[in-house]
Amino acid sequence: MEFLSQSWPWYVAGPLIGLVVPLLLVVGGKVFGISANLRHMCAALPAPEQLKPSFLRYDWKKSGLWNLVFILGVAFGGFLAVAVLGMPDAGASISEATRSDLMALGLTDFSGMVPAEIFSWSALASPAVLLMVVGGGFLVGFGARYAGGCTSGHAISGLADLQLPSLIAVFGFFAGGLLVTFVLLPMILG
Amino acid sequence: MTSKSIPDFECQDTDQVSPDGRSTDAGGGAGKDGLRLGALLGYFAIGTFLGILFMMSEVASWFRIQEMFRFQSFHMYGIIGSAVVVAAISVQLIKRFNLRTLNGEPIRLSPKEWGSSRIPVARYWIGGTLFGLGWALLGACPGPMFALLGGGISIIALAIVSAMAGTWAYAALRSHLPH
Repeated sequence: MEFLSQSWPWYVAGPLIGLVVPLLLVVGGKVFGISANLRHMCAALPAPEQLKPSFLRYDWKKSGLWNLVFILGVAFGGFLAVAVLGMPDAGASISEATRSDLMALGLTDFSGMVPAEIFSWSALASPAVLLMVVGGGFLVGFGARYAGGCTSGHAISGLADLQLPSLIAVFGFFAGGLLVTFVLLPMILG
Repeated sequence: MTSKSIPDFECQDTDQVSPDGRSTDAGGGAGKDGLRLGALLGYFAIGTFLGILFMMSEVASWFRIQEMFRFQSFHMYGIIGSAVVVAAISVQLIKRFNLRTLNGEPIRLSPKEWGSSRIPVARYWIGGTLFGLGWALLGACPGPMFALLGGGISIIALAIVSAMAGTWAYAALRSHLPH
């Protein structure tokens, strides 16, 4: 069991993640795309209908219930992994180069899955952390819907179906990601 | 033609919900309750499988996302790349052999829309770049967000609520944005 608690290698995890695409298609003809759930969750909010933009007025149970159940499973899987195998020590498994780059940004705690210096309620007092968690979350939601999909919908489902628009979206994902990593993070954390 | 003059119904969302709100998936779940419940359990099980993978392969880790954007390890590229290869071969096989769902319905994949803006494929590169900014700031994309929440990282709930706010803001501004 010991080896299961280590970081699972890419050549095991990647192909298994890829299998989710045909599994969803065969079970019910569903296309793998997680960010649509954010839309379903907004549509499901008990707000007066006239307050909702038309984009959020549709029968979310009919088109989205399967996907909401699916991400409930994802959350349960996250719970199960930690409960049975323990929280992965991702901070310890990253490369030496990344570790020293992040230390230069001021990070000191490399234990656990995510840095406690960013992902804790007490850290929210810092404007940089607020920008990362709240601003980052906001842009993930806005950008995913604008682009019509996120990493699962474009980088996996879309590229697997050889969709050129998805490739353009993935280039965008990296353009944005590199800008944050090399320009914005040094400014806000440095 | 400016983007403002595009009527709402032409501004097609590419995933799962058509502009009039109907499901664009094959097998929209109109089957009888037994089948439907069985399928929902299936989605839950596949989700659980994926959630375990997101955690144990550390895809859900802020550290790993930083390592990826700094090109300092093959790990994330190996995962995304091999996932795409396996998914692409599967999709080709499904098409080649005209496989059907467990319910016997045909499997249909709709191509992504090219968009109708004067700015070519605006929604993909503008939306994609905005998403990428968020992905690197937060260090998690939507799937891993839910895995992290289940794994007990409670502050990610704030990121999910923020992502819903972002989705709502997009919904409100949608008719003014180039697609």
